[in-house]
Amino acid sequence: MLEALTLQLGYNAVLVTLGSTALGVAAGAVGAFLYLRKRALVSDAISHATLPGLALAFLVMVALGGEGRFLPGLMLGSALSAWAGLYVVSWITRKTRLPEDAAIGAVLSVFFGFGIVLLTVIQTMQSGRQAGLEGFLLGSTAGMLRADALVIATGGALVLLATMLLRRPMLMTAFDEGYAQVQGLNTARIDMALMVLVLAVTVVGLKIVGLILIVAMLIIPAVAARFWTENASRVAQLAALFGGLSGYVGAALSATAPDLPTGPIIVLVAFALFALSLLFAPSRGVLASALRHRRLQHEVHLRQGLLALAHGQPVYETMTQRMLRGRGLMRADGVPTDEGRNAAAQALLDENRWQELRRIEELASLAIRDDGLTRIDEVLTSDQVKLIDTRLSPQGAV
Amino acid sequence: MGYEFVALSLPPMVIGMLAAMACALPGNFLLLRRQSLIGDAISHVVLPGIVVAFLITGAITTLPMMFGAAGAALVAVVLIEAIRRLGKVEPGAAMGVVFTAMFAAGVLLLEQSDTSGVHLDVEHALYGNLESLIWLDAVGWSSLVDPTALAGLPPELFRMGFALLIVGALTWLFWRPLKLSTFDEGFARSLGLPTTLISLGVVVMAALAAVAAFDAVGSIIVIAMFICPPAAARLMTNRLETQIAWSLIFACASAILGYIFAGYGPLWIGASASVSAAGMIATVSGLILTLAALFAPHRHA
Amino acid sequence: MTAIELAAENGQTIAENLDNSPLALRGVTVSYGNEPVVFSVDMTIQTGTMTAIIGPNGAGKSTLLKAALGIVKPLAGRVTTWGKSLDAQRQRIAYVPQRASIDWDFPTQVRDVVMMGLFRELGLLRRVRAKHHDKVMECLTRVGMQDFADRQIGQLSGGQQQRVFLARALAQEADLYLLDEPFAGVDAATEAAIIAVLKELRDEGKTVVAVHHDLSTVEDYFDRVFLINRRRMGEGSVADAFTQDALHATYGGRLGDGLIARTG
Repeated sequence: MLEALTLQLGYNAVLVTLGSTALGVAAGAVGAFLYLRKRALVSDAISHATLPGLALAFLVMVALGGEGRFLPGLMLGSALSAWAGLYVVSWITRKTRLPEDAAIGAVLSVFFGFGIVLLTVIQTMQSGRQAGLEGFLLGSTAGMLRADALVIATGGALVLLATMLLRRPMLMTAFDEGYAQVQGLNTARIDMALMVLVLAVTVVGLKIVGLILIVAMLIIPAVAARFWTENASRVAQLAALFGGLSGYVGAALSATAPDLPTGPIIVLVAFALFALSLLFAPSRGVLASALRHRRLQHEVHLRQGLLALAHGQPVYETMTQRMLRGRGLMRADGVPTDEGRNAAAQALLDENRWQELRRIEELASLAIRDDGLTRIDEVLTSDQVKLIDTRLSPQGAV
Repeated sequence: MGYEFVALSLPPMVIGMLAAMACALPGNFLLLRRQSLIGDAISHVVLPGIVVAFLITGAITTLPMMFGAAGAALVAVVLIEAIRRLGKVEPGAAMGVVFTAMFAAGVLLLEQSDTSGVHLDVEHALYGNLESLIWLDAVGWSSLVDPTALAGLPPELFRMGFALLIVGALTWLFWRPLKLSTFDEGFARSLGLPTTLISLGVVVMAALAAVAAFDAVGSIIVIAMFICPPAAARLMTNRLETQIAWSLIFACASAILGYIFAGYGPLWIGASASVSAAGMIATVSGLILTLAALFAPHRHA
Repeated sequence: MTAIELAAENGQTIAENLDNSPLALRGVTVSYGNEPVVFSVDMTIQTGTMTAIIGPNGAGKSTLLKAALGIVKPLAGRVTTWGKSLDAQRQRIAYVPQRASIDWDFPTQVRDVVMMGLFRELGLLRRVRAKHHDKVMECLTRVGMQDFADRQIGQLSGGQQQRVFLARALAQEADLYLLDEPFAGVDAATEAAIIAVLKELRDEGKTVVAVHHDLSTVEDYFDRVFLINRRRMGEGSVADAFTQDALHATYGGRLGDGLIARTG
């Protein structure tokens, strides 16, 4: 395995690994823009729509007396039919009342179904027996020709280059379409460019991961990356990193044994990265947000409990009671302790300060920071707090 | 002609129709709930489900495989929901993550396990084997009233019929809450309706149809029937009841025409062998949708 | 200061008597994400009144309504309806959601939407009889939509859609009506028609609560106001609570001044 990870497995395996890595980086970055544009599943339609083109290209090349498995020819065919699929999706969405998800589903199932029809046609042909076009469903790197590996590595690198060149306008469009238009960007054309990149990634990835799983390479790294940052260009960078890592590790691992298919391994590595991100990312991760929600709930109950105590009101909710007792602020019989009285007085003072702040012209805009939990001295300077206090009790005694 | 048709063509055609209708019915609600692609996700995760069932039982038997598929569909739905809610990921992307990863796991398991001796492969899960569901006991149209011959019908026919019956009964029974919560979830909740449960129920119904159908007809038909007939039907009418009727008609039409085109179409153009019926049925449903998108009375909003 | 009277003896508390209030919130806090959007709100709605919930954008008005209906789950606090839990009283409550919250392209007719208001009565399978159809037409007539019964809902104008929603609420024959921005994006005629129906309901002794935006009409339309900006900023009769001072505090700073100038 170490051999594989350090690229010591022979020329073809190295090419496949490099190609997968380039593809992963490109797919991750392109997928990030797609995800930020909230159109992740368009890639599903694109990838399934490659199948009829693939089959037709094969038929045409055979009819012309050529080699049906010529990879660049197959790639061209699949690109054309994917483009047709994409066009149909946008046509249905524009011309009919059907929503985009239905259009995507319709295109992917019908194009794929038609592709299968063509595959069965090819299977019945003499030259089709060993066509191996089924390999494009799930990808297969076994017995890959050196020329094919070169095509894939080059293709991956080209897509990556194009993505890097287009990253600024795509970022602006994804972030704020209206603003981008005001800035003079033709967002429709940029969206089109994004679709071309998605299509290119799909076509390049067909041979390695197959058309069903290429969707994963576009979506999973992007979704995983989104957990770690709020910054759109970071999302793209991180998605590229995750995608590249998945491509590299996946391809290298699969080269170590014959029954480890490249595509699924790459996808599963990406999914592992996703799962880690989902659970453990610092701010958006599930664990972090669960903890935060719990803390928020405790804070709310504590604060409301203290305010009830301050107003001499009973505490109804068991959770509030538990919070107050647990912190030694209230006795079991519901009577506040001295400490509880102090804390309650503090909370009430804070509350009154916030109320008063809304009546002061220069400070009223800060009331937006009042969420019931933020202490006023975290927002105001001590002078401003003093100002409020003097208004609260004109004698100046607080 | 009579014997051949009854024995070789009628059963697969009827099975195809039943499967198409069983999928199209819940598909209507998926369409209106903007969840069409859930059908896509479910039909992809059927593969890991049947592989796991095979690894556990070591044999290709129908019942465990259906349980495996149903289990996988449920796992997928729960995972999608969890990722969507806990991770605040948009539904489309959450689906994309889950079904591709589970599909990859299925392919990997399949490659790792020794399935050389049995007929279990990805192509089978995708295309199904509609053409092979023949009725050996049939001697002609008279067999349709012959109890002993009827007992020899392919079991898939009864299974699919049963699935359609259940899906239909559930839709009929819960029609009002289904319609209400699909239309206006906030109002439904204000009435105290369990909207989360209803929403899960729709998906489970879809999963049921998908699982019953995949073995006979393959995933392609399942995805296409979830989406194309309801989508075309939506363009025909502005009444939900009528939409559902149209979707069932379109589903049947796709199955019948698709099967005929696949079986006899190549003969008409002089080719010898038939093509994939599953693929052709999906193609026909796409043609119907295309016609609806071009000419249907209510195609524009 | 809230009007809760307490009697604490050996840690046992006797709750205030809320049986007369169709809707009472105590200490309700709701959060989306990391901070409360509604914090510790007390609200006591009085029977036979029309209350406007007012406050700036994003102040938690709709959220408060949803929490009152159990559509969103509060982080803390409780909701009572006529002194009891919500679930026991749902048939007495009608809700009119924000018009924008649903897909108007849904394949259904005006008549069907109003019929949904009869769901409690019809249940899963009970047959729709002539009296139900009559009821639907009666409600549609009340909001002036009787001629549109067979229209597809997507073909209606914004005002007409809102009237259909109101007709559905009428069909529920509830005692408490909760409306989320019923006047948003509707024409003047619809606004007048809706307010007339709501006032009729009030005069029949029903209770109406509406999230409201337009401060200039508060005095004409409503008896009571509830001011909110994440917190409860005031509550009471229009005369007592709809004051410059309260608005100033609710809307804050200069924005408040502008609004006060307009409402005089």
